Amino acid sequence: MAIEEKDLHINMGPQHPSTHGVLRVELNVDGETVVRAKPVIGYLHTGIEKTMESKLYYKAIPCTDRMDYLAPMSNNLGYCLAVEKLMDIEVPDKVKWARVCLAELTRLNSHLVWLGTHALDLGAMSMLLYAFREREMILDIYEACAGQRMMSTYIRIGGLAKELPSDFDKRVRQIIKEIPDRIDDYETLLTNNQIFINRTKNVAVISAEDAINWSLSGPMLRGSGIKHDLRKDNPYSGYENFDFEVPIGRNGDAYDRYLIRLEEMRQSLRIIEQCLDGMPEGPFRAHVPGVVLPPKEDVLHKMESMIFHFKIITEGFPAPKGAVYAGIESPKGELGFYIQGDGSNKPARVRVRPPSFINLAALPALTEGHLFSDVVCAIGSIDIVLGEVDR
Amino acid sequence: MAFEDQLREFINSSVGDAFIREETFRDDLSFFIRPDALVDLCQAFLDDADLDVRYLKDICSVDWYGHDDEMAEGRFEVIYNFYSLKHKYRFFVKVRLPEDNPEIDSLTPLFQSANWLEREVWDLMGISFTGHPELTKILTPDELEGHPLRRDYPLTWEQPVFSWNKDDPPEVIK
Repeated sequence: MAIEEKDLHINMGPQHPSTHGVLRVELNVDGETVVRAKPVIGYLHTGIEKTMESKLYYKAIPCTDRMDYLAPMSNNLGYCLAVEKLMDIEVPDKVKWARVCLAELTRLNSHLVWLGTHALDLGAMSMLLYAFREREMILDIYEACAGQRMMSTYIRIGGLAKELPSDFDKRVRQIIKEIPDRIDDYETLLTNNQIFINRTKNVAVISAEDAINWSLSGPMLRGSGIKHDLRKDNPYSGYENFDFEVPIGRNGDAYDRYLIRLEEMRQSLRIIEQCLDGMPEGPFRAHVPGVVLPPKEDVLHKMESMIFHFKIITEGFPAPKGAVYAGIESPKGELGFYIQGDGSNKPARVRVRPPSFINLAALPALTEGHLFSDVVCAIGSIDIVLGEVDR
Repeated sequence: MAFEDQLREFINSSVGDAFIREETFRDDLSFFIRPDALVDLCQAFLDDADLDVRYLKDICSVDWYGHDDEMAEGRFEVIYNFYSLKHKYRFFVKVRLPEDNPEIDSLTPLFQSANWLEREVWDLMGISFTGHPELTKILTPDELEGHPLRRDYPLTWEQPVFSWNKDDPPEVIK
């Protein structure tokens, strides 16, 4: 549609409660209809990719936490998998299992925050409080593992930062026991709620063909009926060993994406349970001298280990020359890390494929020609984190 | 026939002389082609239902400034990350661009997602895309000069915001 003079120009954000951070949307409306929607981003740009280029490989891990701050473990995992691919490191089974478990907890965490804020945007205040109550249990586990509730930096190159806490199993089983009932509670509040259905059904629709052309990923793509999940299609970190379903939608609207995310939470719980049941014994780090830190016990008693420890901390490790890409299915979609090594101990280039950024680009396709009041629902159903959009 | 071979044959026949070389590193397959053949290759991807390469996952760029061996081939590398949903296969198409006036045809007419991705590459790396409908800054502030992801852009340099009414403002951090 062409913009005409009678159109009203509305500036939404960057300080708007339902833009989930500092997103600004320039809207042209004709009456109640959106003629043009133009997302304006960059308010949170901190140059993380540039910063990572100047750091040793392992020192860039904390930068990854700060991109998608609702899913820190997924970001750690993506980056570490890419560096491990570059360095050709195979990690022990226990590390893989623990990483899958943590990544799925992260998915729960991220989807809970999404559910709370999305429902809040649509007027269901109580959902936010419920979702944050459950999220607290997951953050407690992060704290027990890494000492930090959000910026965990727990997954490291070649393994984990330290051993899983002794009560990890007990705490996670508590979550597996409690959360399924809570998800059922959410469903009673929202799934058949006529107000929620009216606000989300047939809103922000995108067809399968368009979804691919816009390169959408994650629930945005699956909501349109395309069964593409990297955990199934290109398994990483041992996902091929787990039994789970990939839910897909039919209409590609906000309601389908809501159903998919709820179902993904249930599937995540299934994966977590399988992780705990089959958690292998073994070390929490790979044995790769000169690249992965040696066990602390050895550092204190063995000369060679101490030298390796010192060298890794001070000068890092040289990576071979070559480019690798590792993509993972983060809660938002496909999170990829493209790392170009140049033979030195710092990467020549780290590129993050940000799922939120690419999904947000499709906002005009979701909103133009539709009602003004549905813009909030469309932004919510994309599930963006501005820290990752802007990096 | 394995999908790799099918793809190799397809790319070879579509780009012809513009094919430079291919590389496999840690199972990631990359094809280096000349920049002028890119749009035709992408159009061929979209037209071929059997390959099913309709999914442009990402566009990114590498600056080889400071690596003299690589600079000979061109300072900038633009990487197109394609994915075939049918064959569940990812591969890369890479092009090299010269230091002076790096320019390549835009993919936005073919892939909607290329719009923002190309704007980001333009903003941070300064590679311009011919035929892009709106090649403007996307992440950095409008006043910022230069392209921060270039290797010759100093890491902690901050552009002075206030000139203190002097012709020669102090450099904040360098």
